[in-house]
Amino acid sequence: MSVQSSVEVHTEWGIVSARQAGRNLAKEIGFGSVDQARVTTAISELARNIYLYAEKGEIIIETIEQYHSSGAKKGIKITAKDRGPGIKNIREVMEDGFTTSGGLGAGLPGVKRLMDDFDIDSVVGEGTVITAVKWLR
Amino acid sequence: MADSYSLMQEQYRKILVTYLKEKNEQGLYYAQQFSKKVLENQISPEEVVSLHIEAIEELFPYMPEGAVDSFEFLLEVMMGYGLAYREHQSLRDKQRELENEINVAASMQQTFLPKEIPFVQDLDVGVLSVPASKMSGDYYHFVKDENGCVGLAIADIIGKGVPAALCMSMIKYAMDSYPEQRLQPGALLENLNRVVEQNVAANMFITMMYGSYDPRVHHFYYSGAGHEPGFYYNYAEDSFDELSAKGVVLGIRRDSSFLEYHKKVEPGDFIVLLSDGVTECRTDDGFIEREEITNLIRQYKHLPAQQLVENVFYQLEKLQGFQLRDDFTLIIIRREV
Ligand SMILES: Nc1ncnc2c1ncn2[C@@H]1O[C@H](COP(=O)(O)OP(=O)(O)O)[C@@H](O)[C@H]1O
Ligand SMILES: [Mg+2]
Repeated sequence: MSVQSSVEVHTEWGIVSARQAGRNLAKEIGFGSVDQARVTTAISELARNIYLYAEKGEIIIETIEQYHSSGAKKGIKITAKDRGPGIKNIREVMEDGFTTSGGLGAGLPGVKRLMDDFDIDSVVGEGTVITAVKWLR
Repeated sequence: MADSYSLMQEQYRKILVTYLKEKNEQGLYYAQQFSKKVLENQISPEEVVSLHIEAIEELFPYMPEGAVDSFEFLLEVMMGYGLAYREHQSLRDKQRELENEINVAASMQQTFLPKEIPFVQDLDVGVLSVPASKMSGDYYHFVKDENGCVGLAIADIIGKGVPAALCMSMIKYAMDSYPEQRLQPGALLENLNRVVEQNVAANMFITMMYGSYDPRVHHFYYSGAGHEPGFYYNYAEDSFDELSAKGVVLGIRRDSSFLEYHKKVEPGDFIVLLSDGVTECRTDDGFIEREEITNLIRQYKHLPAQQLVENVFYQLEKLQGFQLRDDFTLIIIRREV
């Protein structure tokens, strides 16, 4: 069973709601306080990008499970979706130091480092979908 | 990773307990040592905060609620440092990679320079070329044709580092492609000027002095393209003259032409070619005078040419506190007595 919640991001209030939803689920799954803070920070960055560059979009937060021969592992998956302007040069924005607004280390490369899996799809004029997963160790 | 974290957790608790009990400098010294270990194990700042929270919660199970929560707050504040720390790690790896690449390129660049100076009857030649950083913008070239005539060039690519080195590779292959038989210096520079003008970015320029020495009759012909003037040492009069040649820097105009100059070289005379890294050697008192260079050369002129250039370089290097600001190339060609 996967628990799923979706938060609309249109204002800064939406960013806080998305953080809250992420923290609650991370805690529930059993992440420690450091990993909770990491997941929340990643959500914050993704939601802020939606708010700043796409005006509106949504953050979907869900638990996921993966089965191995050695058992199952649990994780939290964040999906940030918008129908904003899209990102022209994805390779460039994934480079360290490209960030225009944030400080050191933040932005999309920061999100990628905070999480275990990271995937980005963006089409100019259509929008952006970013997914990021953190696994419970 | 998880292993090292729980080890650290154990250790942190231990040294913290000791410190809280003894409250002495030794305890703080342990903390400093621990801080090094944390970095070695690539534990990021927010994890250190969490180490602290966990230790404190265990040591003081009845802490006021607000105190516990305030640590959570601190953890969140430290997230930015955590991100910056990770970025720093990956930038460091990237830098190491770049450095390796540059090292490979620098050793490739060394192969552009002549492996050895050809032996020429009656001539004593000394050459020293030292880049200011890994890649050099100075270039020199020696060829001996079938008549025993020597063609030699010294060039300075305006600009430094990797772009200069790329440009140098082009100059080398252009020069290697010229026919075996000796080209007149003026004609050679005209030809090279066209290559540079057509193939090199508009903001890259090259200065060059090209000379041709005929050891059968000891005539030296030379032309220059905006290059730093050299010196001519007259043995009979024990004097230095400027060795300059008028000509426009390579790559500026398509149809530059270059005057050709001539010297009859007598026994004991020598020709000094240099790059501006020699004359623009800067000390705390400003640039050194060209005369200081001739004084240095004079001081060592009794030595074989190679030792001469090496001694001059050492003295100039010393003057600058062993920090080169520009690429340095010095060539001396002496007609033996
Ligand atoms: N959802 C998005 N829609 C459109 N453009 C985006 C989006 N997210 C990021 N970008 C673009 O990518 C750039 C880099 O984003 P990021 O790494 O978060 O750094 P920062 O937001 O500090 O500039 C932004 O400046 C923006 O141009
Ligand atoms: Mg951003």
